[in-house]
Amino acid sequence: MFDYLEEILSTLKKNKLRAVMTGFSVAWGIFMLIILLGSGRGLQNGMEFNFKDIAKNAIQIWPGRTSENFEGLGKGRRVQFTNEDYDLMKRELRGIDDISGRLYLWSDVAITYGNEYANYRVTCVMPEFINIRLMNVLKGRFINQMDIQENRKVIVLSQSIVDMLFKEVEPIGEYVKVGGIYFQVVGVLENPTDKNAKDAILPLSTGQRVFNGANRLSNLAMTTTSTTVEANKQIEEEIRGFLAKRHRFSTSDDEALYVWNTLEDFKRAQGVFGGIRMFVWIIGIMTIIAGIVGVSNIMIILVKERTKEIGIRKAIGASPLSVVMLVLSESLFITAVAGLVGMLLGMGILHIASTVLTSMAETNDTVRYVFFNPSASFGVAISATILLVVAGLLAGFIPARKAAGIKPIEALHDE
Amino acid sequence: MSNSIIRVEALHKSYVNGSNSLHVLKGIDMDIQKGEMVSIMGSSGSGKSTLLNILGILDNYDAGSYHLDDIHISKMNETKAAKYRNQYIGFVFQSFNLISFKNAMENVALPLYYQKVSRKKRNNLALEYLERMGLREWAHHLPSELSGGQKQRIAIARALISKPKIILADEPTGALDSQTSLEVMEILKEVNQTGIAIIIVTHENDIANQTQRIIRLRDGVIESNQVNHAFHLESVEVN
Repeated sequence: MFDYLEEILSTLKKNKLRAVMTGFSVAWGIFMLIILLGSGRGLQNGMEFNFKDIAKNAIQIWPGRTSENFEGLGKGRRVQFTNEDYDLMKRELRGIDDISGRLYLWSDVAITYGNEYANYRVTCVMPEFINIRLMNVLKGRFINQMDIQENRKVIVLSQSIVDMLFKEVEPIGEYVKVGGIYFQVVGVLENPTDKNAKDAILPLSTGQRVFNGANRLSNLAMTTTSTTVEANKQIEEEIRGFLAKRHRFSTSDDEALYVWNTLEDFKRAQGVFGGIRMFVWIIGIMTIIAGIVGVSNIMIILVKERTKEIGIRKAIGASPLSVVMLVLSESLFITAVAGLVGMLLGMGILHIASTVLTSMAETNDTVRYVFFNPSASFGVAISATILLVVAGLLAGFIPARKAAGIKPIEALHDE
Repeated sequence: MSNSIIRVEALHKSYVNGSNSLHVLKGIDMDIQKGEMVSIMGSSGSGKSTLLNILGILDNYDAGSYHLDDIHISKMNETKAAKYRNQYIGFVFQSFNLISFKNAMENVALPLYYQKVSRKKRNNLALEYLERMGLREWAHHLPSELSGGQKQRIAIARALISKPKIILADEPTGALDSQTSLEVMEILKEVNQTGIAIIIVTHENDIANQTQRIIRLRDGVIESNQVNHAFHLESVEVN
């Protein structure tokens, strides 16, 4: 094997510049492919980051106003969700994993600790909510079932609120006043996509009771048990039908309910990026084809120049196959080495870009939503390598056939 | 089992070029014994190069038969032809035909590369043959750094390394001055002494006279095929 390589290298060494120039087009093709794929990945990472604070298969439903007359009822009626909707959906509908009602207090509420206070939006939810809107619990715990059952006056706050109100004090176990009523802080949260998000979260039952919410719910949030868009749409339709029946509006009434189906959005965005990726591959392959033609061209010239040498080799016992292999492996060698160089360069630049972006993200979070961690995966590297091998073989094919066709007598008399 | 290394009977060869057919060899019969040293002479166009190409399995013939070491050489595929060339025949050319970017040792070792002999082994063997040619210290020089005589000696070493049954030399001294020609002929004679048959194509009487037998070709037929008395005289003198 080493012997074989040596045989190839000896001819390449003879003309280093030409080998380098030949390889350049291939290296460039792969370099561009890697950079483009990496950038696509970066954009996708940015997009996916937006989905990081919500379960991929979440469905959220906001009530609206009816826009169609239905069963003798006029349009323009407000739809109001209640705990009953929650209970019934939980009990009757299949395909729902976690579900939580959510109640927003009427407006921003003052939260006070000692002398510090500020107005925040307060949300009242069920314990399952944290499986739907994903948040990191930094300290303590999230709302639990006991809080709901016993209508405990507890509150979970975002780190950014804690920073504002508590300064140096350890918040867990402390009491804050929410709209004049004391709540005990049991947990500190952080939104994974936005460190500055300010959430103040109460148990739903407590919120409804204390803040005169009766059994009303602002909206419903849930996750489904399925991971396909089709099944999720199916579940969404079932929910729509169920709520339409209960609240007496037409299932075709788009304004009575607003549904945000995360999986659908996620998959749609992924589809866009899938398209981009395919496009990039096409561009990359086209560029590499240009490289192949270049390599092939040079190899044909090379074979012509080496007619005599090949003739000598044949005269002293080289079989046509070994001549074919000689030329093929040379072109393979050029494309493989050049391609690897291009690939490593591309990955190196992506790595640098990724490092720069990470350090930028520390000061400016918005970077993360747009373009983050552009990198070409191992899979891409493998595919690119296979592409290169195929390219090398293709590039060598015609020249190799030409070389195999060389007649030693003609070659030897070709002075 | 005959004693001939090359047996050619009624060999015909024509080249077809469009509608023209050029009948180059018109029935050649010859028999070369093992260990013989024979020269083939003839003016250009006599068909001597064509004959040498056929003997070297570099070209096919149209009619007749050719036996190399009792093996019937007929139309065969290139792979097989390459194998026979590698095993039975050593070539020495007028223009040396060394590979310019390989050093002397690598050039000599090349036939063994195609016999899949390991690098170390074949390079050692190549050094041994270079030693025999008195070129040991030139082993790592490129052909361009060597004189014509040295190059031809390297070519002979390359022809010998695969231990062929016969050496085909096409005007081996054609590009050399008379002194160097003499040296090269001496080497060929020494090679011949080891039992390897040698066929030399030449148009120089001086060279032909140093072989045991001279075959003269003219217009594709053998004009004369006679034992060279001068050679035997010389041998007698030596003895």
